Amino acid sequence: MSWTLALPELVLACSGLVLLLAGVIPKQETFFPITMGAIGALLVTAVLVLGQGEGTALGGHYVADAFSGFMKILALGAAALGLLLSIDFNEKEGLGRFEFPVLVLFASLGAMVMISANDLMALYLGLELLSLPLYVIAAFNRDNARSSEAGLKYFVLGALASGLLLYGTTLVYGFAGTTNFDRLADAFSAAQGVSAGVIVGVVFVIAGLAFKVSAVPFHMWTPDVYEGAPTPVTAYFASAPKVAAIALLTRVLLGPFGDLAAQWQQVILLISFGSMILGSFAAIGQINLKRLMAYSSIGHVGYALMGLAVGSDTGLRGLLFYMAIYVFMNVGAFAVLVAMRRQGRAVEQVEDLAGLARTDLGMALWMAAFMFSMAGIPPLAGFFSKLYVFLAAVQGGFWTLAVVGVLTSVVSAYYYLRVVKVMFFDQPAGALDRAPASLTIVMAGTGLFTLLFGLFPAPLLAAAQAAAAALLG
Amino acid sequence: MNAAGFPLLSLLTFLPLVGSAVILSIRGEEAVVARNARWTALWTSLIVFLLSLILWARFDTSSAAFQFEEKLAWLPEFGVGYHMGVDGISVLFVLLSTALTPLCILASWESVTARVREYMVAFLVLETMMVGMFCALDFIVFYIFFEAVLIPMFLIIGVWGGARRVYAAFKFFLYTLLGSVLMLLAILYLWYTAGTTDVPALFELQIPRSAQAWIFFAFLASFAVKVPMWPVHTWLPDAHVEAPTAGSVILAGVLLKMGAYGFLRFTLPLLPEASAEFAPLIFALSVVAVVYTSLVALAQEDMKKLIAYSSVAHMGIVTIGIFTFNQQGLSGALFTMLAHGVVSGALFLCVGVLYDRVHSREILRYGGVAKIMPAYALVFMLFTMASVGLPGLANFVGEFLVIVGAWRVNPWVAFGAALGMILGAAYMLYLYRRVAFGRITRDDLRALLDLSPREYAVFAPLIALTLWMGIYPQPFLSFFEASVAALVARHEAALNLSRLAGM
Repeated sequence: MSWTLALPELVLACSGLVLLLAGVIPKQETFFPITMGAIGALLVTAVLVLGQGEGTALGGHYVADAFSGFMKILALGAAALGLLLSIDFNEKEGLGRFEFPVLVLFASLGAMVMISANDLMALYLGLELLSLPLYVIAAFNRDNARSSEAGLKYFVLGALASGLLLYGTTLVYGFAGTTNFDRLADAFSAAQGVSAGVIVGVVFVIAGLAFKVSAVPFHMWTPDVYEGAPTPVTAYFASAPKVAAIALLTRVLLGPFGDLAAQWQQVILLISFGSMILGSFAAIGQINLKRLMAYSSIGHVGYALMGLAVGSDTGLRGLLFYMAIYVFMNVGAFAVLVAMRRQGRAVEQVEDLAGLARTDLGMALWMAAFMFSMAGIPPLAGFFSKLYVFLAAVQGGFWTLAVVGVLTSVVSAYYYLRVVKVMFFDQPAGALDRAPASLTIVMAGTGLFTLLFGLFPAPLLAAAQAAAAALLG
Repeated sequence: MNAAGFPLLSLLTFLPLVGSAVILSIRGEEAVVARNARWTALWTSLIVFLLSLILWARFDTSSAAFQFEEKLAWLPEFGVGYHMGVDGISVLFVLLSTALTPLCILASWESVTARVREYMVAFLVLETMMVGMFCALDFIVFYIFFEAVLIPMFLIIGVWGGARRVYAAFKFFLYTLLGSVLMLLAILYLWYTAGTTDVPALFELQIPRSAQAWIFFAFLASFAVKVPMWPVHTWLPDAHVEAPTAGSVILAGVLLKMGAYGFLRFTLPLLPEASAEFAPLIFALSVVAVVYTSLVALAQEDMKKLIAYSSVAHMGIVTIGIFTFNQQGLSGALFTMLAHGVVSGALFLCVGVLYDRVHSREILRYGGVAKIMPAYALVFMLFTMASVGLPGLANFVGEFLVIVGAWRVNPWVAFGAALGMILGAAYMLYLYRRVAFGRITRDDLRALLDLSPREYAVFAPLIALTLWMGIYPQPFLSFFEASVAALVARHEAALNLSRLAGM
């Protein structure tokens, strides 16, 4: 029976349903135990993914390989860390409802389906399964106008993007006569070339997915949604869905559309350029940390897509490596953001960090490590992630891309440094509340990863290499 | 195994990090923490210095090869390894770094009172990065240390600096980063062309001529900012003026040498043809730097700014020496780098002594200091004379060798360098006259105390070094003789080869 290959997804889906029931039945609020259960389910799923075999299943809709394994572990890890961030925050903000972990669980399921999709239908299914819970949790703080606005905005624009994607898939189906990735690849490898309709379809598919990874020019929603959504939700937005969408984009472009590289490469190049430039310049003027992180994430997507634009196996390896490191430092930085409270009230301006080095040196040091890492300063992890995408660009002869990349990374260093400046150089503006233990653990864990990654880069690099090899064959 | 019998260079590099971890773990009242942090930092840096003396004793000066080598697999499949080692070019800079750090910590003993723990941690981390950079024999490892220096220095300038510290810290960081990232691209190119980033292996690489020019400019972008060469020197006066005294000492003493060291270690051996081709450009920029910044220094009213501009001028002489490609010029450049490291560091400490007492760096604020603080005036005069290039003191030997070397290449370049020495005498003597001599115009100066025992302890080793290097330079020159000869020989061989190929 081929469905056993999809065991991780099935286990996650079932545990989601069980947790939903377990949350509804008791009379009292069950946020904490359900969250713990959800984290447990995510970890069990991750273990199952590690032990998963390779092959296709479910009538060719589902594929499991080293690439899907790598991305799924990342997405599951990001979801688990995101839930860990939410425990304390949600309880303090009165959002401690059991639906939250369940929704995150289903979103993660959607992410996994996306990563393993081997058919345009499965792709769409996974994408919607990911998106619908995200719309809800963006508006999870429903009494807050900004949160509701974020949810609504995300929903309307997300629906539009889904529409674009769906239109693209119908075009592709119409011209190729199949939705299966393997057969699409066969159809496009034929020597007679492809019709313009397919190209248009591919561009629409890229547009739909670029929306999910918030790449320029489909990034407009990002700052508003990131700012409005509750902070742990933003932390989740900036990691797991991005990993899934990047994975999907990579699989679609290098798999079925691999022989159309000459066509889509220009689009990805443009998206990469635009994201890097906008991400570095637009963040300069931000005073809200969450908006700043939104632009920063746009920039990071630009760097990661650089690896895809190059298209070689080194490029793909760089992309995977980049996403892995990005997830960890991003979650770490958001742990600091979630921990920012003054007299019980959540604060989120850059200025609220003023003098943090004097009031809470530990947190300031972690945050500084994340900021320097995001700016790509060695010996921190972020440097290595940039190193490998730049290496791929240089190796592929994409000099303009590489030069723009390093120059925008200098520009972006400015706003990361500004955060460090506020924490270390400015006078304290009143101490922040002491961070709860769960957040301190996340900060210290991701912080140590960021600091010490440079000593042992080999295992992650080998995993990324294997994943890239699986996709390119 | 290396000559020391144990991984000496790694120990020198990472011992300060251990010290900073200890300091970070100190808990308790602020005064107790500050005292413990000071002593821990001092002892750590002293132990590192004593260990580094093994290099002085056991280094084989007759060999141009890398010594005390250590190799560890890091990313073997990518040809990147943790490779440390020193040759005649780098060994004395390791010693310079380890010698200046304890002096800096001692110099900050009383002047830094706020956030002492973080300050000491930053200095020890900085020492790790500096030593590691001079020891690294893998290009990626080198780059990591080269860039990582920015983090502690950014914090030192920004947290403990003067009024415009934020501006200066950002300018320092972004300027240097911008230069370095372009070098990174060139490193990446070399990496995938050669399949390795091991420096000795890269030396075997024949880089095509068309690529050499691009790589040369990428390296230039990074090293020229670090040196700093005119016209990308403008971050230096700001950084120097705003940095705390010890930060200025390290900046002038060691950080500026990183750029020149980069030219010697990478640009010359890797890109012989491009170096020869663009030497006139470097000469032009250097001569402009020497003459122009000397004139600018004459007009300064801030003591630190004046010395900062003088650093640019001295480093101009260094870059002239490097691009002469002959034994005298290169030896002179190396010697000037060392001498400048000691002398300009000492001059910043001299300014710091006055600043600690009066809290002003304005030249006009002083006058007649010699009558009030005779011992200080003597020390200050010694280093002023050394900076001017008085025979018998450190700078003279190096600058003289550079001028001799430059004369063999082009007398006009030598003339430019010599002009710099004359102007140097003008601005330094002018500075000394206004600060030390003249009538005492301000009554509050009369109450100033002369050097304290701690300050004597800081200056004594620097004075001894300045005199030693000036009177008997041979021990220092002998360290890099063999390496410089090998460098010159390789450069000429590479040029001959390409000349033959061109025929």
